[in-house]
Amino acid sequence: MAVIEIKDLAKNFGEVQALDGINLEVQEGEVYGYIGPNGAGKTTTIRILLGILQADRGKATVFGRDAWQDAVEIHKRIAYVPGEVNLWPNLTGGEIIDLFVQLRGSNHKSRREELIARFDLDPSKKCRSYSKGNRQKVALVAAFAAEADLYLLDEPSSGLDPLMEKVFQECITEFKEEGKTVFLSSHILSEVEKLCDKLSIIRQGKIIESGSLNELQHLTRTRMVLETNEEIPSLNDLKGIHDLKKQNNTYSFLVDTAELDQVIQHISKFGVKKLESSPPKLEDVFMEHYRGGGGES
Amino acid sequence: MQTSYFHNSGRLSRLILRRDRLRIPLWIIIITALTLVIAFAYTNLFTTQQEIMIYAETMRNPAMTAMMGPGYGLDNYTYGAMMAHTMLVFTALAVAIMSIFLVARHTRRDEESGRIEMIRSLPVGRLSNLTATILASFTVNILLALLTGIGLFLLGIESMDLQGSLLYGASLGAAGIFFAAVTALFVQLTANTRNAIGYAVIFLGISYLVRALGDVSSEALSLLSPLGLITRTQVFVNNYWWPLLLTVAAALAITALAFKLNSLRDLEAGLLPARSGRKTASSWLKNPLGLALKLQRTSLIAWAAGLFILGASYGSVFGDVDAFLESVEMYREIFIIAEDIPFVEQFIATLMSVIALIATAPALIMILKVKSEEKASRIEHLLSRAVSRKQVMGSYLLISLAASLIMLLLSAAGMWTAAAAVMADPVPLSLFLKSALVYLPAIWALIGLTVLIIGYKPGAALFSWIYLGYSFLVIYLGEMLQIPDWLSGLTPYGYVPKIPIEEINIPALIILTIISIILMAAGFRGYRQRDIQLSG
Repeated sequence: MAVIEIKDLAKNFGEVQALDGINLEVQEGEVYGYIGPNGAGKTTTIRILLGILQADRGKATVFGRDAWQDAVEIHKRIAYVPGEVNLWPNLTGGEIIDLFVQLRGSNHKSRREELIARFDLDPSKKCRSYSKGNRQKVALVAAFAAEADLYLLDEPSSGLDPLMEKVFQECITEFKEEGKTVFLSSHILSEVEKLCDKLSIIRQGKIIESGSLNELQHLTRTRMVLETNEEIPSLNDLKGIHDLKKQNNTYSFLVDTAELDQVIQHISKFGVKKLESSPPKLEDVFMEHYRGGGGES
Repeated sequence: MQTSYFHNSGRLSRLILRRDRLRIPLWIIIITALTLVIAFAYTNLFTTQQEIMIYAETMRNPAMTAMMGPGYGLDNYTYGAMMAHTMLVFTALAVAIMSIFLVARHTRRDEESGRIEMIRSLPVGRLSNLTATILASFTVNILLALLTGIGLFLLGIESMDLQGSLLYGASLGAAGIFFAAVTALFVQLTANTRNAIGYAVIFLGISYLVRALGDVSSEALSLLSPLGLITRTQVFVNNYWWPLLLTVAAALAITALAFKLNSLRDLEAGLLPARSGRKTASSWLKNPLGLALKLQRTSLIAWAAGLFILGASYGSVFGDVDAFLESVEMYREIFIIAEDIPFVEQFIATLMSVIALIATAPALIMILKVKSEEKASRIEHLLSRAVSRKQVMGSYLLISLAASLIMLLLSAAGMWTAAAAVMADPVPLSLFLKSALVYLPAIWALIGLTVLIIGYKPGAALFSWIYLGYSFLVIYLGEMLQIPDWLSGLTPYGYVPKIPIEEINIPALIILTIISIILMAAGFRGYRQRDIQLSG
């Protein structure tokens, strides 16, 4: 069953077209990555899913219900963590966690204590004295403490230190094992790469790539470092070779994954002394799409 | 509208009460206590029927009408009528400001800072937060109305019966409810909290001015203003309830409109379009003074315009004062202190003391900005660059001092412009200017005190406002209640000569100026030496 379904979604803010015909589907039990640079439309998409922004065109459903019409019903089954957390300065972290859990109508005291311990949070401090990372922890504990079927996370680990980021990743892995659905937006690739089954890349309000990690890796290139006995003439002319650097008989280049076989066959004729290849990195696809329109700033 | 729009509103109201568990009781207690203390004070200040009748005649004066609303029941004046007439409009202003801050704080400010986004991601209706805020603010005003009303009755003053006391409280509550509704509307229009509060306060100012103009010229005009309406209750004399019904009905209509607009707009958006800003900084912005000025430009312009209009509206009654005096021989005898000083000039002195106190507010706002910038961790962006603390504090102080001068000049100019237009025998501009500018050293003393507080104990900045409030009470009521000298001796405004009815007192002004300079210098010293506050 599709937990999130987005069809031809568009949203304008005045002159600015924040979303321009987005299509997306997240199945139950998936951890779905939503990647893009700042200002691409990630947060706008999530806010439409939360029913706090109304789409100008298209349809967004969560659990098969309309995100705008049935917001309250939907919210009983989801947990949300925003990228930037602002809290009321004169309430303590513990008070805010309890408030949020209560507003959702369920109460899991044990889970609350466990999460507070795991995230190493002091719930007795007033929010005005929390650092950015600590406010983020409050939001994470508040979201994770209550039972939910879908977790909407908007750049949730920004501001967390590496130790806490690890705890966060463990939590996501547990949700995955429990069969929960997670929708994770980020511009930090490594975060998504470790956690996600599927992902979409959004840029300037449009989805430019979508698929499972494996599917997307087909589009990527393998980096090779090669040392041969003989010099390879006109390696640059070979199909699928990019970014070639040569130093004596040592070559470093990128190969389109689809052309790998042909390239290996060619270079083997020149007496391979050493061959290193790094696995295809999502970073490369990602960077390529970031650069995208070339001259644009 | 669906019921799901309002899901969890009750819980959110409780959150508001929890967050403001100190703020709300403090507002209610201060306003109620002030009302009761002043009501009680009247019984001690006027003990003979003759004193009361003299006071009643003062109230027939158009300048008093412009300031406090039309007098009523003057032929058989009682403590109740006296107290209600003098205090209702000014107390209603305080209640309105309480409501404006309360509503803006829980709607637009929470939305602007992204807190409502988190609330809305929970099973909470689209309109729940507005509903909760309206519920809380209306409840606070009803509570205030009941406490004030019952409190007044329990004082046991003869002319203050139960119905009148409750009506007085209800008038305050109705004004509060009306301005809560108005603020709920304005927060839908702009995406920015400061703008929303600004619009609501401007609306309050216009309501006061419309009432002032209406009260001296046209009854119909006064009925357009909520402050005009509540003064038509004629508390403790006729006890009319209909003006409050109208006020509350209007408030409910405005609230309904606010709900409608809230349901139409996106979260964190305002209905008025936001203009796009400049791409590069203009040359005058590129130093600390320019930045400080830019940050406060709008507020400075709004206050300047407001004070000019206030001056002009007071000035516009001067024509009536003249005519009024010529018709009645008796008042001259009562009021003319010195034969050679025209009666109208005494009103310049009285009005100017009130204007000088109001003009202190923008000067304090300008200097206190340096503290709020620090609290928001924005001062460190300057201090981490090649900018000294002296420069930072100096920039804000300069603006504050300039503001004190500009505000007094403009209000005097406004008063003169209007007065010259309506008077047969106009008072020269120089007299207005002298009467206003003589208050500069007193305002500087308050600025100096504020610099000192910011320099040593920025958390105590509220004291400056409390001190200004105290000064206002002593000076404003001192005029009418003949309060003891030592009370007015506690505020710098008490040492300012009331020109033109008093001689200019140069030594006093010089001493005030020297004290201001010492306070400022000490404040600078403290500011250079103390830690800059870090917020998490």
